[in-house]
Amino acid sequence: MDNANFLVVEDSPTMRQLISFSLKRFRNARILEAVDGVDALKKLSGPDRIDLILTDINMPVMDGLKLVSLVRQNAQLKNIPIIIITTEGAEEDRERGLALGANAYISKPIQSSHLIKTISELLAAV
Amino acid sequence: MTEERAEKFLELFNKGKEFTEELLRENQRLRYRLASLETEGTAGFNEEVQRLRSEVQQLTEENRRIAQRFKEVEEENKDFANRYIEVEEQNNNLANLYVASYQLHSTLDFREVIQIVQEIVINLIGAESFAILLLDEKTNELKAIASEGEDVMPGIESISTRLGDGILGSVAKTGESYYINQDLEDGGKVSLDKPLAAVPLKIKEHVIGLVVIYKLLQQKDSFSAVDYELFSLLAAHAATAIFSSKLYSQSERKLNTIQSFLDLLTTTS
Repeated sequence: MDNANFLVVEDSPTMRQLISFSLKRFRNARILEAVDGVDALKKLSGPDRIDLILTDINMPVMDGLKLVSLVRQNAQLKNIPIIIITTEGAEEDRERGLALGANAYISKPIQSSHLIKTISELLAAV
Repeated sequence: MTEERAEKFLELFNKGKEFTEELLRENQRLRYRLASLETEGTAGFNEEVQRLRSEVQQLTEENRRIAQRFKEVEEENKDFANRYIEVEEQNNNLANLYVASYQLHSTLDFREVIQIVQEIVINLIGAESFAILLLDEKTNELKAIASEGEDVMPGIESISTRLGDGILGSVAKTGESYYINQDLEDGGKVSLDKPLAAVPLKIKEHVIGLVVIYKLLQQKDSFSAVDYELFSLLAAHAATAIFSSKLYSQSERKLNTIQSFLDLLTTTS
């Protein structure tokens, strides 16, 4: 779990900073940020290895669900764990996100301890 | 001859008698020795039993003490675990507050500040429908300048009320926050003038506006204890950020006007 590279995909700078703040609990964590799905795909095709993606759903240009779907279709990226972090708390939203290939679904407002636990479990399972 | 034989017999008899007497004495001595040995043995055994009993008692007492200490340590351990969770939560709340205040004071652009306040109310407080009202000090009127969740609470974008009127007006006047829980205590419905929460945007005791919440996100049942504290602290930061950005945009406007005036004077002269 040390030296993990995270990609935080979120259009709100406040949320990006909040999530990044929580991720700093992981030793030597490297945090890359993207403002929407398209920006995230650019970062994913870059030279940096990404160990886990945390994405919002509602974003301009490309939403989080489309991003999850594209990542799962990509041979090089399909095994990266993805956590959806969103204000959409309905059960059908959760099911849709997980059906598209997300590994976990967390509703806002996020509890840092819950986020850390979920990430730890996903990284340990890889 | 007969006398001689009688003497020999007598002598033999006497020797036999002496021997028997000696045997009896030895027997007596041995019985006495046995009796004394038996007495000594019982006393030693009893002593050993007594010593062992005392040792068992001490060990039992020590065992009880250790069990008691173990219980105490276990309790302490539980307390530490609970305390750790509390500290974690506090840490989390402080981080939220730090990030929120950092973002709020990261810009002097009024619209940007309002946008950040909206993000905070959605993401940290967990509100689905809410409005930000600012007080016009000239007219003493509170007016919505931003809102979210108009579909849930129609008319939210155009809320307007006078200082002192209704719940919103009195929160702005007194500077005291207003909260009810998701399930209204009186069974009534949330309406534009009867929100779930109204928190004043205060700079010290000076109220500049309100954040009014009408509906929480589906996954959030009610306000938690920490929400009240967090909300008030965030409102204080939001108030100073809104006030500063408003002053800054006013001074920018004035500066532009003066600059234009100076340019005009320079050109005409």
